[in-house]
Amino acid sequence: MSRYLRPTARLAATARASAIRPTTTSSFLYKAAAVPSLQKRTYADAAGVKEYTVRDALNEALAEELELNPKVFILGEEVAQYNGAYKVTKGLLDRFGEKRIIDTPITEMGFTGLAVGAALNGLHPVCEFMTFNFAMQAIDHIVNSAAKTLYMSGGIQPCNITFRGPNGFASGVAAQHSQDYSAWYGSIPGLKVVSPWSAEDAKGLLKAAIRDPNPVVVLENELMYGKSFPMSEAAQKDDFVIPFGKAKIERVGKDLTMVTASRCVGQALVAAENLKSKYGVEVEVLNLRSIKPLDIESIVKSVKKTHRLMSIESGFPAFGVGAEILALTMEYAFDYLDAPAQRVTGADVPTPYAAGLEAMSFPTEELIEQYAVRMLRL
Amino acid sequence: MFSRAVQVSRVAPIRAAQRASTASIAARRTVTTNAASAQVDKSSIPESDDEPFQVRLSDESFETYELDPPPYTLEVTKKELKQMYKDMVVVRQMEMAADRLYKEKKIRGFCHLSTGQEAVAVGIEHAITKADDVITSYRCHGFAYMRGGTVRSIIGELLGRREGIAYGKGGSMHMFTKGFFGGNGIVGAQVPVGAGLAFAQKYNDTKNATIVLYGDGASNQGQVFEAFNMAKLWKLPALFGCENNKYGMGTSAARSSALTDYYKRGQYIPGLKVNGMDVLAVKAAVQYGKQWTQEDNGPLVLEYVTYRYGGHSMSDPGTTYRTREEIQRMRSTNDPIAGLKQHILEWGVAAEDELKGIDKNARSYVNEEVEAAEAMAAPESIPKILYEDIYVKGSEPQFIRGRINEENFYFNN
Repeated sequence: MSRYLRPTARLAATARASAIRPTTTSSFLYKAAAVPSLQKRTYADAAGVKEYTVRDALNEALAEELELNPKVFILGEEVAQYNGAYKVTKGLLDRFGEKRIIDTPITEMGFTGLAVGAALNGLHPVCEFMTFNFAMQAIDHIVNSAAKTLYMSGGIQPCNITFRGPNGFASGVAAQHSQDYSAWYGSIPGLKVVSPWSAEDAKGLLKAAIRDPNPVVVLENELMYGKSFPMSEAAQKDDFVIPFGKAKIERVGKDLTMVTASRCVGQALVAAENLKSKYGVEVEVLNLRSIKPLDIESIVKSVKKTHRLMSIESGFPAFGVGAEILALTMEYAFDYLDAPAQRVTGADVPTPYAAGLEAMSFPTEELIEQYAVRMLRL
Repeated sequence: MFSRAVQVSRVAPIRAAQRASTASIAARRTVTTNAASAQVDKSSIPESDDEPFQVRLSDESFETYELDPPPYTLEVTKKELKQMYKDMVVVRQMEMAADRLYKEKKIRGFCHLSTGQEAVAVGIEHAITKADDVITSYRCHGFAYMRGGTVRSIIGELLGRREGIAYGKGGSMHMFTKGFFGGNGIVGAQVPVGAGLAFAQKYNDTKNATIVLYGDGASNQGQVFEAFNMAKLWKLPALFGCENNKYGMGTSAARSSALTDYYKRGQYIPGLKVNGMDVLAVKAAVQYGKQWTQEDNGPLVLEYVTYRYGGHSMSDPGTTYRTREEIQRMRSTNDPIAGLKQHILEWGVAAEDELKGIDKNARSYVNEEVEAAEAMAAPESIPKILYEDIYVKGSEPQFIRGRINEENFYFNN
């Protein structure tokens, strides 16, 4: 009985209840097509699967939403004539015209404020940041103008806006261009924050973000734009969206839970595969997809099975996503842990330029593997 | 409404004079803050309340920058003049009620009053329609009222009541209603947001305009200039307007701004400085500005020269950075309400008794509304109300975290 009163049990009970109850997902979100939580190689056999780069998936998501809703428009630096600094918006100007694909001056604070104003007045802007590093100039509008207005107005003034762009470190771009903002935006009430890894993630989450009536921050990763992933037939359709707040089990395991997001998902999968082949241990890899709301339920479920948790992220360690995951795990799943939960994060340094030093600043597949080996006493 | 002939006849010499003045610095007029400087041919005033007649604004009502001045004649009716008077009196009474309630410790936090600046909010509303949009700074009570908020909902909000205009969630600085987008607590942040409202108007092919207000203090924020740039670049129907009340908190315009001609701050955007103590001049300017945007000329930068009688906020007595004499002089000689009153009486628009009646009615109306607001219940201190409206209904996450995990609020429950 006392155990039943623990938050963990209550969480699980809620999960069951909500599974039975008719879904309360509102009409703006089409029901997500069932995404098989299988490993990559199984896709090859499935009918209609195509290879997509993350860049193409994002481009397709934008094109479909622009096609679907005339209120949707894109603005940002170099999104139109230049075809996007990272070519995510390639071809959209030709297809949708300059009314809807708008090059802005290099004034983040101004154009972000402008985009928020357009959203308050009923449009659905997609505000691209060349990178989220530059959005620091505009963060007041994301936090104060976009995230808080609905609440401050007592619910009468919604703000349907999507902020998107590459987040986190890239290769050799040094300190000012190498920051992960997941923890920053993840801490703001009124925002939703997602961080895709695969092409399906990218498409489904971006489309859901544009349809969501709240301000949503989509934290992409430049290093992933060129990576190819299989895209299921369902995900290729224009009604494919991924619901927020649901993590995806990318690899099923029973010995250790790795909770991660964005580029680190791929690293965790490689580490998991190595751990399997070298030591025969089964690691479960959870792709968070959504930073806020965070799917603590899936984390707890997995920990109940594996009894060990490691979070992996590329953000700075202090007060970060990993810190939050560990704290929540401690709060909701303490009794199920056989060892202290651990985190792998970026190092607490302004990112250095030299390649060797840069490599020491962020999680690598080897580091994840070795740390798991020590954690599991293999 | 404005005959082309009137515009042309005034424009040509002024344009020429402007050009000349670039070479030799001619003596320039400055905009008056006399609230009763308009004139009228008394014989033209009709009997009927609804019949229009022409008012001649003072030559010192406007100064322009790269712009032909608005017509100096304004068409009004007796009814409208009386309505303007009533609106200004209600706004002032409401602000005075807020002042009293604050001193009674019934209003919490910040409270910025606009006493002395009523002609700006009232003049603007009389020049636009409900389809136009307005956004302003935290000194927003008068605008919220003029946009359609009731006195009881505004005072109710200040008192933190459930039936307040923002359901007790926003307070003094955050009021919203149809066509009114705040109430922004971050100095200058409403300016690019306002440009965005105008962007949406243009995107939707409406002929509406957005009135964007900010103070002389905010005018130095970088984002104001970023908004100017995009508004001009994309020809947005935005009427940027600096409410120059001479002090950004306690720092006078001259101590904060390298160029105190705020109407010239748009550089490549034409500017119009307006006597912001004269409700008629404000109406004429904004009416002209709206027409300017409707003709697809893009934005304007207006400057409403006005004065705040009170301190910056309730915690500021407003006397350390200016003299009591200065405040007294503005109050006694440039008051917007007294100015319009003088016109109404002199022009025979209404008799003193009728105005006294308006005053009395406004006072009792505000008192009743304040009473009603005070009788409103505060929002219940329950999770359902605390956690509502963080996200749009139906799109909330499964739960929201409370102070401790046992307080987590589940939307499905």
